[in-house]
Amino acid sequence: MTGSAPLGEDDLQAYADGRLEGERLLAVEAWLAENPSATANIENWRRQKEALRTRLAGKAAEPIPARLRVAAIRDQQKRRQHEFLRRIAAAVLWIALGLGGGWAGRGLMEPADGAAGIAMVRPADPALVPARQLVADAADAHRAFVVEVTHPVEVKADQEQHLVKWLTKRVGKPLTAPDLSRFGYSLMGGRLLPAEGEAAAQLMYENEAGERLTLYLRADGSGETAFRFMAGGDVSAFYWVDRGLGFALTATLEREKLLEMAEAVYVQFEKG
Amino acid sequence: MDEMAALIEPHIPSLRRYAYALLRGDEAADDLVQDCLERAVRGWRLRPRDGQVRLWLFTILRNRYIDGFRARRMRGLQVDAAVLEQVPASGVDGEARLAALDVLAGIEQLPEEQRSALLLVAVEELSYADTARVLDVPVGTVMSRLARARERLKQLLERGAGPALRRVK
Repeated sequence: MTGSAPLGEDDLQAYADGRLEGERLLAVEAWLAENPSATANIENWRRQKEALRTRLAGKAAEPIPARLRVAAIRDQQKRRQHEFLRRIAAAVLWIALGLGGGWAGRGLMEPADGAAGIAMVRPADPALVPARQLVADAADAHRAFVVEVTHPVEVKADQEQHLVKWLTKRVGKPLTAPDLSRFGYSLMGGRLLPAEGEAAAQLMYENEAGERLTLYLRADGSGETAFRFMAGGDVSAFYWVDRGLGFALTATLEREKLLEMAEAVYVQFEKG
Repeated sequence: MDEMAALIEPHIPSLRRYAYALLRGDEAADDLVQDCLERAVRGWRLRPRDGQVRLWLFTILRNRYIDGFRARRMRGLQVDAAVLEQVPASGVDGEARLAALDVLAGIEQLPEEQRSALLLVAVEELSYADTARVLDVPVGTVMSRLARARERLKQLLERGAGPALRRVK
């Protein structure tokens, strides 16, 4: 042995694995030449290694089962997430109905005015594709509640945070109330609405001039869509479906202005 | 999206191999890999940015294995009948064949920390430093686990080379 670092167990391991080189390798070889029992050990370790690799080689050579494809994993997760969201939404609805008494029913009874344009169809009309049903419901809810002076929202903005937090925690997916302050709109609060036996959330925003817009959200498994625009009567809406959630941003605004805000909402959810 | 598949899928064969060596059942192994992949996909944003997706995946898989996965999935050891019948590639000499037949049963006897160290180094060919990262221990610990694993396996296989192996033949 030379004067370099003394030989260690780790050197023997590395030697067995063929991971030594240079002086270290020479030092180990020199040492092993004088220690036949250690040499036999290393031979044995190498056989173990070879045996393990031989034994397991077939497994790595197999084609990947379909269920382990990344695409399959993602699809399955989407379905699960959606299912979970539905359950949460349904639970939230029951709580809301329990706490809120008959408010939901009252909302449904109120005939919405300005029926032209956006169809108001209740109960759900199967002829409507889901996204259109979404925007129809959203417009309906928008009309019903933006005119409210005394109770425009069920849960005010401060408690809304609590609700949002709770949902986020339970759903495992951030359901934030988007920030639209750069457009001059601040969150007033939100309410829960029945939507085809499930729950939808309506968030309401207001600007300094007292103009209101609503963001309507609910679980929607109908597949992702691009932004779509719909206008009729007094209101216009952008609506889309993204990652299992349906969105409809409704206001009495020009298309361009509304689109800007819809994009902001979309981006904020994407980031979330 | 395609990037995710491109970065993950090349490692699936070796993840399956590692899982199979840990569990010794085809279904159970793939369940573990699936569990691991689900975590990886969900936590994709949290992946290490240094291109070490492979190590990250191994770490997840191993942690899932330890985190009671085994207790939930495996009511007792499930060994496929194929394990007993499977003959290693021909051309292997007699002694190696015996060892190959029983070597998985041998590592089964090792404590998990030794078994994983041995599998990651000897089969998956991770460097000692990478193995230390996956096992979340210092490199020195990896080296000593490796030494103990190999010593123990040697004893087990030597002892087992008697009647126990003949049964298989």
